[in-house]
Amino acid sequence: MTAQAPPDLPGRTATAGRARNTRARLGLTTSVAIVLAALVVVCVASLLLGSRHVPLAALFDGDHPDHVFMEARLLRTGVGLLLGAAFGVAGAAIQGLTRNPLADTGLLGINAGAAFAMVVGITYLGASGFSEYIWFGFVGAGLAALGVHLVASIGRGGATPAKLVIAGAALTAALTSWTTGVLLTNRDTLQAIRRWQIGSVAGKEQDVVLTALPFVLAGIVLALASARILNALALGDDLAKGLGRKTGRDRAVVGVALMLLVGASVAVAGPIVFLGLLVPHLVRMQVGGDYARVLPFSAAWGAALMVGADALGRVLLPPGEIEVGVMIAVIGAPVFLVMIRRGRLGSL
Amino acid sequence: MSAATPLTGSESAPTRLYADGVSLGYDDRTIVHDLTVAIPDGKVTVIVGGNGCGKSTLLRGMARLLRPRGGAVLLDGEAVHTLPTKKVAQRIGLLPQNPIAPEGVTVVDLVGRGRHPHQSAFRRWGAEDDAAVAEALALTDTTDLAERIVDELSGGQRQRVWIAMALAQGTDLLLLDEPTTYLDVAHQVEMLDLLHELNTRAGTTIVMVLHDLNLSARYADHLVALKEGRIVAEGTPEQVVTEGVVLEVFGLENRVITDPVSHTPLVLPVGRRPARGAVVALDNMKENQ
Amino acid sequence: MTALDETTTASPRRTAPGPDIERVRRARRVPRRRHGVVLLGLAAAVTTLFLVNLLLGSYTFTLPDAAVLAFGGDIGNPTAAYIFTESKLPRALLAVFVGLCFGAGGAVFQTTLRNPLASPDIIGISTGASAAAVVALLTFDLRGDAVALAAAIGAVATALLVRWVAGGAGGFRLVLVGVGTGAALLAVIHYLFSRAAIWDAQLALRWLSGSLNDADWSRVRTIVIVLVVLLPLLWWSAAALRVTELGTDAASGLGVTPRRSELLMLVAVLLVAAGVAAAGPVAFLAFLSGPIARGLNKGRTSIAGAALVGAAILLGADYVGQYLIGGVKMPAGVITGAVGAPFLLWLMARGASGRSPR
Repeated sequence: MTAQAPPDLPGRTATAGRARNTRARLGLTTSVAIVLAALVVVCVASLLLGSRHVPLAALFDGDHPDHVFMEARLLRTGVGLLLGAAFGVAGAAIQGLTRNPLADTGLLGINAGAAFAMVVGITYLGASGFSEYIWFGFVGAGLAALGVHLVASIGRGGATPAKLVIAGAALTAALTSWTTGVLLTNRDTLQAIRRWQIGSVAGKEQDVVLTALPFVLAGIVLALASARILNALALGDDLAKGLGRKTGRDRAVVGVALMLLVGASVAVAGPIVFLGLLVPHLVRMQVGGDYARVLPFSAAWGAALMVGADALGRVLLPPGEIEVGVMIAVIGAPVFLVMIRRGRLGSL
Repeated sequence: MSAATPLTGSESAPTRLYADGVSLGYDDRTIVHDLTVAIPDGKVTVIVGGNGCGKSTLLRGMARLLRPRGGAVLLDGEAVHTLPTKKVAQRIGLLPQNPIAPEGVTVVDLVGRGRHPHQSAFRRWGAEDDAAVAEALALTDTTDLAERIVDELSGGQRQRVWIAMALAQGTDLLLLDEPTTYLDVAHQVEMLDLLHELNTRAGTTIVMVLHDLNLSARYADHLVALKEGRIVAEGTPEQVVTEGVVLEVFGLENRVITDPVSHTPLVLPVGRRPARGAVVALDNMKENQ
Repeated sequence: MTALDETTTASPRRTAPGPDIERVRRARRVPRRRHGVVLLGLAAAVTTLFLVNLLLGSYTFTLPDAAVLAFGGDIGNPTAAYIFTESKLPRALLAVFVGLCFGAGGAVFQTTLRNPLASPDIIGISTGASAAAVVALLTFDLRGDAVALAAAIGAVATALLVRWVAGGAGGFRLVLVGVGTGAALLAVIHYLFSRAAIWDAQLALRWLSGSLNDADWSRVRTIVIVLVVLLPLLWWSAAALRVTELGTDAASGLGVTPRRSELLMLVAVLLVAAGVAAAGPVAFLAFLSGPIARGLNKGRTSIAGAALVGAAILLGADYVGQYLIGGVKMPAGVITGAVGAPFLLWLMARGASGRSPR
């Protein structure tokens, strides 16, 4: 039976999360209002901006000649929202899981696992077309996460954050090398893969998205439900166990959420790393360290940023487009650096 | 209640370490404000105060870890920040909070790193370094742990090893930042006894930050009580540990009696929990002194 | 020697024995001896691998013949002689020196930043070098030494940028900024990749994985000069390095300020820049060498060990990549990651690869 938290410490986990040295700078309602406003703005922008100017009415009017085009934009916006939320939440979860503010979704070898599996699938197993190799990506990401967890669990202490991070980095090293090895000898695979590697939410077919959708949603739900777990883990293993949590099982739960989330998202959109690294820091600055808040806000802001960056990428260099992966890195990196310089990084 | 007259270098004991109107802080916050304190040589000085009062900050400023924003910390008459760090390390030994023991390192290896200020590229490891390490181990009663890996020791043993490292520096001044945190009561007392012995035997000037007021009163020759970065009271424990000062510094309702074991002031908090018929006993105790 | 009484914990007051200098001497010897054994073993491994690279392969040489050729003699087979002196020998030597650079550089970073993840290839310096090289290759269509120079400049420039942005606080902030910068630069690289012609992209990919294909005597000379200047600096600072491991406060208390640690890291950056210029950013060599050396040395840091491990890995990886992958020549960088990483994982499983501090 699960041990309950001691009865005289009812809100302990939540308070502890909040009490960890970061006080919310804005009230909750204000923060919600801001992020909702941001979401609306970027969604509208995403529908309206682009190399072609198409009136919004085209979306609702089935007979308008640009209706299909607008539907595609709507899909693109939807994909951006969904995957942006996924990356945002996953980033927060991974930083909480590894207690390391450097952690990003690529850290546990997930991105590298997806890439390697896809490359193998394309080169040796004849996968063609995105809807086929997305499965490889998904499976590869999942196996990588599992593998990292297994390796980190060996030895004393089990899967501590430090060991997870090192195992992840080591696995990334291995997988990246093997991937490069295959790519060097297979021009076609390189051709197929290199567009994926930048990270983009454009041009994804509906059935691809629908395939990924259930996994991403399941992952998001599971991650959001892990707020308590992450708050407890943030206190450190000993304290978490003292509060009655089974840290091994808790980590596994978060791990599964990450597998689903990141596996599917990376397979669809490519390894968009920076979102998961940056968004949680911004969110923590705004709403504090309590994961019950950090997770949903990370999802929301991740979505907003993704869609916003995508829209921006469409208007910067007309008539061409800059992929969202590039935009996020190019915008995000200076913002990140400025934040660090000003010492305004929300602590973990 | 105001402080007893603070000791200054000119008044009585000589002081090598002297903070002169020093202000210290981090980023945009100033924590210690224009503080002047003379650390009496050859005595045990303890800095006490509530959380965030600046006691660790002050210690770190004196140990040359923080650059003062105003004023200066003087060591042997010179501003500590103008001196090269290695020279300062030859005169001031430091035990910081949360030191990190590298993995797999043995006790003698760790204590040996304390000899660094006396070594250089041309003077690597010599006989006097061996002797200093051996002496440090003997003083802290850790000779038997010499070959052990620091990670594998208990909390109390580890703390003694860290003190041995600071001792190996061979300095007359020793600064310790909360050396007793994370130790159980027996080890806390053991540690403080050790430092006291060091002070009596070798005449080492000891400055430490402690959070336990009663232990501070017991072991200090000179107490400095801080609140919000300023000195509230300074002097002997009898002078400083009074009900008024404790109330002002800690915001704690209290009674002060004389510790029947050590004959130093003992602070008894008056909480909100009603006394279990012990009110009479307390008054009796006071009468019986 | 280690029959220690467990009751040394809460010791009651007893007369303490006097200082035992002999015991200290003995205790200090044990880890030093182990370290010596490790270094010797690694040196032997490096020598063996060096000879393997030199003597075996698609052309084989006997040791006496090799010795003759190395000193400018003649063995009656001009083609073989040419291959030996212009290809195999400089390549093997370059592998050793580049490996030393990456191994030592990476280990210094990991030690001063007290974080095994904080190696130059993870905190953006190698990425900076790569970005500069990719720009040179794909945008400006440069080749050869120009690309090498661009890479070296890229490495140093990125390091300085990261240092400037992170300020003097060092440690954690530095790593954070490095990771952020690395991510941005990686996006630039991917972007250029996606826009280039496919053949150019493959060429760039080959450079990016780090290879010894461009080994020649001028590169060997350059890197030897760099090593001759920088390695003594490192040896000189070895003691300071050991002190930085104790944490910033303890280190400052012992006379090693953060500024001193930064100088050490500058040396490390220069070493890595030299390695990158010579062979490209050999994947994960800087990252893996330190932990592997530590794993062999019972968890204790060893810069010399890391340097030798780097050399050994690169030698082995180059050989494998050239001759042991059926029909295909893989650059060494592909192999280093592939082989070194599982080895690290194995060490981790044994629980002795060095952890990051809390």
